[in-house]
Amino acid sequence: FIPKMQCRQLLRCISRSPATSSSSCFGVARRQVHQPGGFDTSFGFEEVEPGQKQDRVNQVFNPVSNSYDVMNDLMSAGLHRCWKRRFVASANPRPGWRVVDVAGGTGDIALGLLEWSRKLPGRAPPPVRVAPGDGSVDSFREAAERQTAAAEAEAPASCTVSVVDPSPSMMQVGSAKASAKGSTFASSIQWLEGRAESLPLDEASSDLYTIAFGMRNCTDLPGVLREAHRVLKPYGRFACLEFCSVENPLLSILYDEYSFRVIPPMGLLVAGDWDSYEYLVESIRRFPHQTLFANMMREAGFSAVNYEVLWPGVCCIHSGYKLPSV
Amino acid sequence: LSRRLFAQSGRLLSLAASQRRPMTSSNASSQEPGDTLAIDDDFDPDLLPLGDIRRYPNHRPLDCGQRAFLAVGSGVACLAAPWRDDMISAFGETTGEWALRRLRDDMLANEEGRRILAERPRIRTVEGGGSIDLEALRRLPEGSLGRAYADFLDRYGYSPDHRRTVCFVDDPELAYVMQRYREIHDLNHVLLGQGTDFLGEVVVKWFEAFQTGLPMCVTGAFLGSLRLRPKQTRRYLQEGGYLAYALRTGSDADLTINYYFERNWHQPLAEVRQQLRIEEPPNLK
Repeated sequence: FIPKMQCRQLLRCISRSPATSSSSCFGVARRQVHQPGGFDTSFGFEEVEPGQKQDRVNQVFNPVSNSYDVMNDLMSAGLHRCWKRRFVASANPRPGWRVVDVAGGTGDIALGLLEWSRKLPGRAPPPVRVAPGDGSVDSFREAAERQTAAAEAEAPASCTVSVVDPSPSMMQVGSAKASAKGSTFASSIQWLEGRAESLPLDEASSDLYTIAFGMRNCTDLPGVLREAHRVLKPYGRFACLEFCSVENPLLSILYDEYSFRVIPPMGLLVAGDWDSYEYLVESIRRFPHQTLFANMMREAGFSAVNYEVLWPGVCCIHSGYKLPSV
Repeated sequence: LSRRLFAQSGRLLSLAASQRRPMTSSNASSQEPGDTLAIDDDFDPDLLPLGDIRRYPNHRPLDCGQRAFLAVGSGVACLAAPWRDDMISAFGETTGEWALRRLRDDMLANEEGRRILAERPRIRTVEGGGSIDLEALRRLPEGSLGRAYADFLDRYGYSPDHRRTVCFVDDPELAYVMQRYREIHDLNHVLLGQGTDFLGEVVVKWFEAFQTGLPMCVTGAFLGSLRLRPKQTRRYLQEGGYLAYALRTGSDADLTINYYFERNWHQPLAEVRQQLRIEEPPNLK
């Protein structure tokens, strides 16, 4: 039932030696000393200075980048693919759009967006203009074919995606995947190193802003939302896929036990890193409730803010539009 | 979940208990026969630790399900990838509880072993927090234990600091026994005169399996010997070969974990072997 390729990838991950930086996880004391004076952001359940959080996040993601995809498959039993496919469908990128995908290191969403937009028809070809005089059916048909071909040659085949991620090793994995898929994909993706709070993009340059499972790693949520608002064109769409607070009490108990008891040992076995995966499950718990996050989006200036909870209730898609300022 | 519930109920019980009248000298005389509990005024139920209690630095408490999962998973990973030392460590720690208890009792029965358990010396370099000065060991006379150990480390590029710290054993004393066993491993190589090629590792694993009884050593010795190459297998199985040597020495020798290596670097290696009743290794190369 489980595809052979995933089994092979899993065995490859287990056989890989643990990265040298993660070997320190066995010897490093977990609790950090509280630094007086600065306001502390949450790093999982430790409190750290805001400036340190990005370095700590990089320390978490650089060693796990090779086994990230395999661990995602294991942790969610393949469900993350369904969630991401639903996310791409609801984002619905049209050909010709410029999309910015933040924290999209390994390129799952970027490739999904490209595939989705390639399957959609482009701009409707302009109506055929026939030269006057020759009113025969054949000449009309030839003229129509010629003009449609010309229009299709002009129309873009897909959208273009700029992936912004603070971790270069994650983007290396992503660009390897994109090149494996083909040069059309690889040429439509631009890999930029940067943080969500200060995107290396111009104001009003994107039709669509997506961030999947990256918002909980961001230090300053209002700052990220303001930056997203800046980078979007008028009537541009913001879409965020993230783990949410579970409403169902039974599911909540099972989910907690699974997250805290099963996922860190699985991370140790596959990726050789217990601490990174413990950080991941703790950061999910510290993320604001879905209604609170929707309010934060409204405060940042987004309109028609809505969220949709995906089955089985552990993650949801927040979406909003940027209206032109009057 | 169960640990949290238990801690909560403990809090409630202690709160209920603190409602009782504290025992002071004035009412001691009026004490009823059944009222023998001494109430601690300074007890603060809010200081009860909730959640996992870590009993030593780097301790990671596991519950039953996690321990079973890690034991099975790390066993599979050890077979699939024997170069992953973190999996070998995890397998040893999650499956070694019973053997470590037996080993700790053997150490307590021995005078030097008891001293080791009391003082808890660590075989690490001075920079790593221990007491080993590698330069001093290299300057020791040829044929001494310390010199042989330094030569072994230099030949393979090892350092005593490379060993991982124990984290999955719950009892701190048993965790120290496991840590000591791990740090003794290189010294076992030196005492048995084996290198770190596959055959040498299998011989040392057999020796340690007899000495410690750890499941990790037993399975490592069995399954490792299945992966030997043909020439190594011949040397292993022949009359007077390595397998016979390992089995003989393993059952006859004294426990190396009871030997206080840190005080005996200057001793000649031959004398140390004689003292521990370890035979000279066969020279079959």
